[in-house]
Order: sequence, then C-alpha cells, then structure tokens
Amino acid sequence: MLRALKIEPEKCTGCLQCELACSLENEGVMNPAKSRIKVFTFHNEGRFSPYTCTQCEEAWCLHACPVEAIVVNAETGAKEILEDVCVGCKVCTIACPFGTVNYNHDNGKVIKCDLCGGDPACAKACPTECITYVDIDMTGYDRMKAWAAKDADVTESRA
Amino acid sequence: MAWTQKVLRINLTNGSCQEEPLNMAWAQEYLGQRGLATKYLCEEIDPRCDALGPDNKLIMATGPLTGTMASTGGRYSVITKSPLTHTVACSNSGGFIGAEMKMAGWDMFIFEGQSDAPVYLYVHNDSAELLPADELWGKSVWETDELLHQKYQDPQLRISCVGRAAESGCLYAAVMNDLHRAAGRSGVGTVMAAKKLKAVAVRGTKGVGNIKDPKRFFAVTTEQKKVLADNAVTGEGLPAYGTQVLMNVINEAGAMPTRNMKEVQFEGAQKISGEAMHEIRESDGKANLTTNAACFACTIACGRISTIDQGHFSVKNKPEYWGNSGGLEYESAWALGSDIGVDDIDALTYANFICNEDGYDPISFGSTLAAAMELYEEGLITKEQTHGVELKFGNPEALTKAAEWVAKGEGFGLELGLGSKRLCEKYKRPELSMTVKGQEFPAYDPRGIQGMGLGYATANRGACHLRGYTVASEILGIPEKTDPLVTEGKPALVKAFQDATAAVDSSGLCVFTTFAWTLDNIAPQIDAACEGEWTPEKLIEVGERVWNLERDFNLAAGITGKDDTLPKRLLTEVAQTGPAKGLANNLQEMLPEYYELRGWTTEGVPTQETRQRLGLSAQGHR
Repeated sequence: MLRALKIEPEKCTGCLQCELACSLENEGVMNPAKSRIKVFTFHNEGRFSPYTCTQCEEAWCLHACPVEAIVVNAETGAKEILEDVCVGCKVCTIACPFGTVNYNHDNGKVIKCDLCGGDPACAKACPTECITYVDIDMTGYDRMKAWAAKDADVTESRA
Repeated sequence: MAWTQKVLRINLTNGSCQEEPLNMAWAQEYLGQRGLATKYLCEEIDPRCDALGPDNKLIMATGPLTGTMASTGGRYSVITKSPLTHTVACSNSGGFIGAEMKMAGWDMFIFEGQSDAPVYLYVHNDSAELLPADELWGKSVWETDELLHQKYQDPQLRISCVGRAAESGCLYAAVMNDLHRAAGRSGVGTVMAAKKLKAVAVRGTKGVGNIKDPKRFFAVTTEQKKVLADNAVTGEGLPAYGTQVLMNVINEAGAMPTRNMKEVQFEGAQKISGEAMHEIRESDGKANLTTNAACFACTIACGRISTIDQGHFSVKNKPEYWGNSGGLEYESAWALGSDIGVDDIDALTYANFICNEDGYDPISFGSTLAAAMELYEEGLITKEQTHGVELKFGNPEALTKAAEWVAKGEGFGLELGLGSKRLCEKYKRPELSMTVKGQEFPAYDPRGIQGMGLGYATANRGACHLRGYTVASEILGIPEKTDPLVTEGKPALVKAFQDATAAVDSSGLCVFTTFAWTLDNIAPQIDAACEGEWTPEKLIEVGERVWNLERDFNLAAGITGKDDTLPKRLLTEVAQTGPAKGLANNLQEMLPEYYELRGWTTEGVPTQETRQRLGLSAQGHR
C-alpha cells in the first residue's frame, strides 16, 4: 500500500519536534535549519502550519532536472535526489511550485523530503498527530468522517 | 557531550566579542544554565556591586539539553545580580532563542561592562558583533522584534530584547524573547537596559550533534515523551488549560491571594480561570483562547494564544491589539486579577499583552498595583497622583491604565515601577508590601499551603514559587500527597523540591515536566547526552551545590538569615475563609529544622562541613 504524509495544521503547536526528527534522520544532527519539513508560525492569527513536499505524481522537479538526479522510489512513491548525480544547478528549486525543494550550501546539492524510505521520522515524532502517514487514497477519510458526524448531530437535534 | 563548550564574552564597555572555552570542570559540578552561569557570576563579580552599574554582569545561559529533541529542551536563563532584591537573580524562559544559541554553537553569552550608547548583539553562527541600536532605543519589544526581522530579512532570526519599561528603570523589567516569552522575574531586563544592551539577535544553522550516545539518547527521550503524554497534568490539563488549570483548584484550597493578600479566596476566580478562557464570547463568537502553543521541542504545549474582545474598552479603536498574542498564564491571571480584585478577563488579557509588549513581570506589577490600591484606599495615594483614575480594588480601568503607565515609564507608572517594597516604604507603610527580600509573591497563599511559606522565605531570589513548588505535593499529590495545612515534614519537602528544581533548571529542560517526571526520568536523558555519569543522586547533589552557592552569593551581598521571613500579614493575620480558616503561616515552626537539614548554622550560614561536602570554598564568597 502506498502511503502519504497527512498534515492537519489545526493540531500543530509549533514545537518543531518534526524538524528535529527530520534533520536527525537525514543529516545526523538536530538542526531545524536543515529540515525538509518546516513549521510556519502565523503569530497574529494564532496558527501554526507544517509544510513539506507532497510527492506530486507529475513532479515538476523531476521533469525539470537536466541530469536526471531525481527519481521515483517505486516502493514509497517518493521523489528522491540521487546525491552523486545532482550537480546543484537548482533548476528543480525553481520548478517546484510549492518551494519544498531547497539548496543545501553545505554540500552543494538540493534536499527534499524522501519520506525517509517509507518510515517518515516527522510523523513518528509529532506529539499531537498533526502529521500522520496514511493510506495515499484515504488522506481525506478522517475529515470526511468528522463532517459526516457533524451532519449526523444536526439531524438528531432537528428530530 | 551536549555542551558546545564555547562561551561568547561580550564587553560592552569596549565593544569586543570574544570566544573562550567553557570551563568543563565546572560543567561537571554545575551542569549548565542556572547552576553553571551562577558559578561564573560568583567567580566574576563582587556580590556587593551595584546591580545597575558596570561591575555587574549579565549571563544568558543554555543547558546541555537545550536545542535537543528531549521534550521541553529549549530553555535558557538570564543570570545576574538583581536590582530589585540585590540577591542573585536567575530567570528562566522558553520560546526558541535558547535553542538558537545552541544551533549557532554557543553555551553562554556573558555580557560585562556598560555601553555609552545603545547597542544590540547580532550572532550568526561563529560570527558575533555589537551594532548601534539608536533606532531601536525607545521602541517596544514588539517593535524591536519587527524592526530587526525587517532589517535581516530572516524569519528564523530569534530575538531577546528589553522594552520601554526596562529603559525607564522599572525594577521588575523582563528580558523578553520570541515576542511573548519572558525571563520575567527579579528585574533581569532592568540590568540589560542599564548596560544599554537593547537586543540580542541570534541565527544558528549548525545544529546540535555532539551527543554522547545518540542511539540511547533517541530511545530514552522518546520513551520519556510518552510518560509526559500519558500523565493527566502534562498530557491533558496543561495542553487544554495551560497553567490556568490551577485557578479554580487553588481558589478552592483557600490559597488564592486576594486584594493584596488580605484574603485567601477570590469570588471572581471562575471568571478569570482557564475554563473561562474557553467560553465563547457573545460579541464575535470566539473564545478568549485561540490555541495552545509550544516552546522549542516541548511536547506539553501549555502556552496560551489569545485575543481580546474587540468591543472591550481597553482596545476600542486600537486594531493593533485585535490580533492573537500570548494569553493569560495562571500567575499573570492571579496577579492582574484576584490580587487587585478584578474579574474582567479582557482587561486582564490586555494588561498581559502590555506586559509582553513592553517587557515587565506581571507578578511584581500586579502585586505592586495591589499595594498601591491599598495605599489609595487608605488615602495615602490620591487621585491627583493617578491621573484621575480611581485606584480601587476591582476597577479594571485602573489595571489597564496602570499597565500602560508602567510600559511607557510615564507619571505614576514610575512609582509602580519601583516595586511593592520601595513603594510602601515611600508611603511609610512597609508592612503593606507583600514581598520577601524585595520580590513580590506569586499566586499561592502560604496560609493555605504552609510549605510554600518556608519556600518563599528561603528562596534565593526572593518570593518565588519556581524555586521549590511544594504545591505539587501539598495540593496536587505529586509525587505524594501531604497536608497543606500542617508544617510537619515540610522542611524536608521544601529542601527536596529546591534541590531537584535547581538541577532541572541547570539542564535545559522545563520544570513543568516534573508534574510527570522525577529525577529518575530526567537523569537517563542527561546521562545519554552528556560526558560523565549522571545519576539522580548526582543531580540532587548538583542541585544542593547550586542552592548553597546562591546562598553564599546572597550572604556576601549582605542578605542574611534575618531576611528569611514573611510579611507580618501572612504571619499574624489569619485566613478568614476556606480550608485554612483561622490559620496564619507558621514559618517559625519550620525554619530552624530547615536550616538544620541544610547543614546551616542557626543563623542560616552553611557550615564548614556542608561546604566541604559540596566542594564549596571554605570562606564562602569573598
């Protein structure tokens, strides 16, 4: 079964455990500056929102890469960077409409989420289940269920 | 290893920034943050120095677990000599700047000397420089934060700074960070402003990687996060209600200081409680509370993010206060609420915003305002002095106006900025000041919680609940229930809490974890990260050493056992209502036993045996 990261911003507290876990898993250090997932704070609105690569089916980054350094992992569906092929031209960072592919000047390559090979560290580290790793065809299931439950309540009170 | 082993020393007199190695021998004895920085302070300054002069130093210090994924591993402290109490001061804050210091590769910043003109420190990884802050001086905390973010175009820049309250000399000004987190108590911000240091801006991209045993650290921190999640207080109560979960509990226990501590229960407690923050307003269909929020790496997330009702008198035609910002914690709700008899939650939230916007301690402010209200009602302060505002208990306008005066250092705000002790002395009614060693009380009346009386009397920074939170045992039954109305057994309880807390405050972790964790949960996390062997026993010893070192500093500064006392009101005027009805605080039954347990003389001075056992110098401090 293919799975996808599901993010529910309303559950985020802004603790950055996902960023710490991501950087530790991928870079070997706890370092939000090198995280592939980022939490954004909208202070005035009182909102936090984690954001990362959604692994587009027709991935702009993959098509844009002139050296074919971005490949699909058949097992996870993730678009992964082949570090020894990447030349650091950054065309993918321009191509990605969401900004989730970024340059890492420490090694001259780009970095993006690769779903940690099918066991994403961010989802495991999230203390509020804001980030979960679920069936790729069912990311809307819980939200549907919540609305359905709401409708059920309305019907009951009308009765 | 966990320490970066690097200290940045900033001389404000000559403008230099220099790197030096962290004293690792001291790190083994004092761990980090509160303990280690206090050791540096004691070694480097004369405890009798003028707190606001160039001879005082100000240290921003992280702990070894700051910046790691250990839950709550984002704390830092500001350590200096306090201008409010003349004791050692150590104020602890969360938010994000502590972790950013570590990410940039620093354990501590030590500020010494005094600048002629306003400056700010900019640190980007290894590079550090002092820059002119003329354009920031006179600006609020929020404006300063915005201007620096605009200048560097870096949303990830983390900022600590002081507001206008500190600049105008308010003696309980805070060092604010990340807009609404505060190293709040004892006037550490006043010291920063006296040094003409407006702000510290930090960006770190190096990360924290030097963990002794990374695999074990990951495993043990993951396991301990689960303990926090499964605990009723840290897993449910604090995320849902914040520290405000306590408002109704403490009021029912008859330990809610009310109207300058004349009473121990507040009839309006429910209206300013954590539960009330969830209630939907009629005006806009929203609750006071928008969401909870976490500090760096915190899996509890007790922080409150709130809005004020846009129709409320305090913010009418002031859209700049209509957005979200840091909401009421239990301490601010008490100090801005029951202690001045005000039950208008929007007025409290507004005053809390103002405390954050211009950086001052709502506890000391609320308590000072309470004393001023009592003086006003006695006729010693008049309406002419208060710009025509009725400074009476229960008047929400008195609260919102007074908050603005102190923020801007205007008019009567300058008198309120003196703190309760100096204000009451000025009007020749020193007994109306609810302080110990010059610092105002927090939100637990020691008539209803006897152990807290001893804790307040002996806390090394003046009246403080965070130096030994025996409320946990006496009211909440953590780790085991004791009777809040008796003194028996309290000296040992107070000592145990004080020592354990000093260790936690030196680690980089938040003391709120101790609702669920004991040192048995904390020690393995430190041990996996840090060089050396870190057992619960060693941490207790570190805590006791820190406590005695702080005591030494205070003794050398001229603060002695005579100052280990409480205001007469709490010792002689008995509670009129609630479970503690008929009780005053029986400090005299506890203090001698406490000295004995501490290994101190009957005058409260550590004996040679105690010094030797803890490895402290034979003469005490200078």
